[in-house]
Amino acid sequence: MKTRNVLVVMALVFCLAFPLFAQGTAETAQKQEIRVLLANHPYGELLKTKIPEFEAKTGIKVNYESLQESQLTNKLTTEFATKSSTVDVFMTRPLQEGLMFIKNGWYEGLDSYNFADYPANSVDIGRKDGTAYIVPLVTEWQVLYYRKDLFKQAGLSVPTNFTELEAAAKALNKDGVAGFASRGKGAAAVTQLSSYVYNFGGRYLDGGKAVFDSPEALEAIRYYGRLLGNYGPQGVTSMSWENIMPVFQAGKVAMWTDASVFYGQIVDPTKTQIPAADIGIAQLPRGPKDDSPFIVVSWGMAMSSASKNKDAAKQFLDWATSKELAIQGMLSNITMARDSAWADAEVRKVMNPGLVETQAHAAKNGYPYDRPFMSSVGQARDLIGEVIIESINTKGTSTKLASLAQEKVKAVNELLKADGEYGL
Amino acid sequence: MVRQGFFEKNLRYIFPLPAVLFVVVLMVFPVAYTFFLSFTDWTLTSGRPLSVVGLNSYLQVLKEPRFLEALGRTFYFTFGSVIVEMLLGTALALILNRSFKGKGVVKTLLLLPLVATPVAIGIVWNLFYDPTIGILNYVLSVLKLPQSGWVSDAKTVMPSLIIVDIWQWTPMITIIVLAGLAGLSSEPYESAMVDGANSRQVLFRITLPMLMPTILTAVILRAIDALKTYDIIYSMTGGGPGYASENLNVLAFKYSFEYFRMGQSAVMLVFLFIIVLLFSLLVMRLRRAFEL
Repeated sequence: MKTRNVLVVMALVFCLAFPLFAQGTAETAQKQEIRVLLANHPYGELLKTKIPEFEAKTGIKVNYESLQESQLTNKLTTEFATKSSTVDVFMTRPLQEGLMFIKNGWYEGLDSYNFADYPANSVDIGRKDGTAYIVPLVTEWQVLYYRKDLFKQAGLSVPTNFTELEAAAKALNKDGVAGFASRGKGAAAVTQLSSYVYNFGGRYLDGGKAVFDSPEALEAIRYYGRLLGNYGPQGVTSMSWENIMPVFQAGKVAMWTDASVFYGQIVDPTKTQIPAADIGIAQLPRGPKDDSPFIVVSWGMAMSSASKNKDAAKQFLDWATSKELAIQGMLSNITMARDSAWADAEVRKVMNPGLVETQAHAAKNGYPYDRPFMSSVGQARDLIGEVIIESINTKGTSTKLASLAQEKVKAVNELLKADGEYGL
Repeated sequence: MVRQGFFEKNLRYIFPLPAVLFVVVLMVFPVAYTFFLSFTDWTLTSGRPLSVVGLNSYLQVLKEPRFLEALGRTFYFTFGSVIVEMLLGTALALILNRSFKGKGVVKTLLLLPLVATPVAIGIVWNLFYDPTIGILNYVLSVLKLPQSGWVSDAKTVMPSLIIVDIWQWTPMITIIVLAGLAGLSSEPYESAMVDGANSRQVLFRITLPMLMPTILTAVILRAIDALKTYDIIYSMTGGGPGYASENLNVLAFKYSFEYFRMGQSAVMLVFLFIIVLLFSLLVMRLRRAFEL
């Protein structure tokens, strides 16, 4: 009896432990199979619905997983760093992880890919020593969302420069409605602050050195802190877009500057309490020195250098970044990176004119980075975030802002040096 | 006579082998590997392979003010939540130990926070706590009380998180203590009645001392968990605003998966490991003292 119990326990242990070792065994079937990691992004969702078509056409079986953006980075990094990856194709964020992935040799070079249909600077971000590694998928740029009804009530027109923006924020900040919102949560705020820094004439990095303690950048950080500290929603220093959006949708924010991708969600009548007719989209007001909002490749697609099915992976990559799918994306309000998708007649018919206008403006005048472009971007964002939070908490009046910024510039430069990117 | 093969002769080693392998692969190896990593400078952003640098990573971590703050917060969170949970949980158990109408319903309701997923709890509590559209500030404004920033204010974020932990984990203490109460022998109570002890004397002289080992067990389990808290904090504040709610586990996570500084992250986890280990040993010794 006792032996039988032991056997049962043993069998159970084996059952529990076996799946752990199963990864390597089920490979090399006759049929070609690839593993694809997608982001929880509207384009990832679109791909999921189209993958059966790809499978039917090519006979390649696609096993896909869909992850939230930071989890996607974690998973890819862990798998690649431990050399245990079976990923063939994946969605990737060029500005966030591109440099580090290129440096570690995790991307497959894409020399045979035809990049003619993409803006050159969007491809250059994923290029090193002449080889391109990332196909740009989706672009986003900073815009101003605003409440047409509130502007009308107050007799205001849409701000076109930072002085007007501040005046409007002040005038609209009443009756439980915040006059102005933008991300205030340290690291998350860095991308949204970037356009303000550019419009004041500053930069995060210049020539591989941190320069966000320059008078221009500091003025921008003070301005951002003044607006959010005085007219922002309560608790803004812990708010990223996912916290601001519900407040905007509940009608408690008059103006919100953030990335263009959220337009579809804030006018979605199932999610928002404000009629779509009352929601406006405008280009980010121009600053005292420049009129250059960020316009970045927020998502790209790449192949793993460790892929064992490179032919099948390449076929999938070509298909997933094809012009046809880009047009499909545009038709569902995803702002794609391909030039031809914007020129498509059918797209132009249905696309929101506000999106088209702001994109044209940003594509012409914008700057292709929304964060310090470096391998240790995560840590650098937290460091800059400390300066932003200090500015918001003091409504832009902090006396130690300059010394704090200098200290953080030094820390970011140390990171650049440690990663061998200083001065490059 | 039956011929004894290798298998039969070594049964005593072979049968526990799967369990031993299981423990080694899934528990011993990760801990040992973390110790190893803590002596390296493995940093993915540099693109260099890892090299052993001795205590260098330890020095860097100890110089980092964020680490020391996180260390302090780890204890603050643990003591803040576990002490309240112990008092509340035991009190609730003593109340629930008598029979009254609807006792079953109350017990089931108490169990609910325990079975909910921490991340779901975090999301729901974040909605409660939202300073603009949350229900808590609404209630405060109706009562004409000053509103709070809750988790979005650096000054109130830790107490707000502790409230969530207390809400979720007090029932666990209650349930363990209830089980302890059910196991108490009735003889001391009978003699106390004969001696004319009043109910307060019974509670403080008999019930609580006899319950102490049970309460301490519950407290160890809770405290070890609270030291390692990650899910609620990460899902509710991500360590913010700024760094105001980072405990060791959240900080170590950020170091490994946002900064990719695996060596330094391993150092922090080694510290956390040692703290949890020492804490468990200490309380186990205390418990033995009570049992004597």
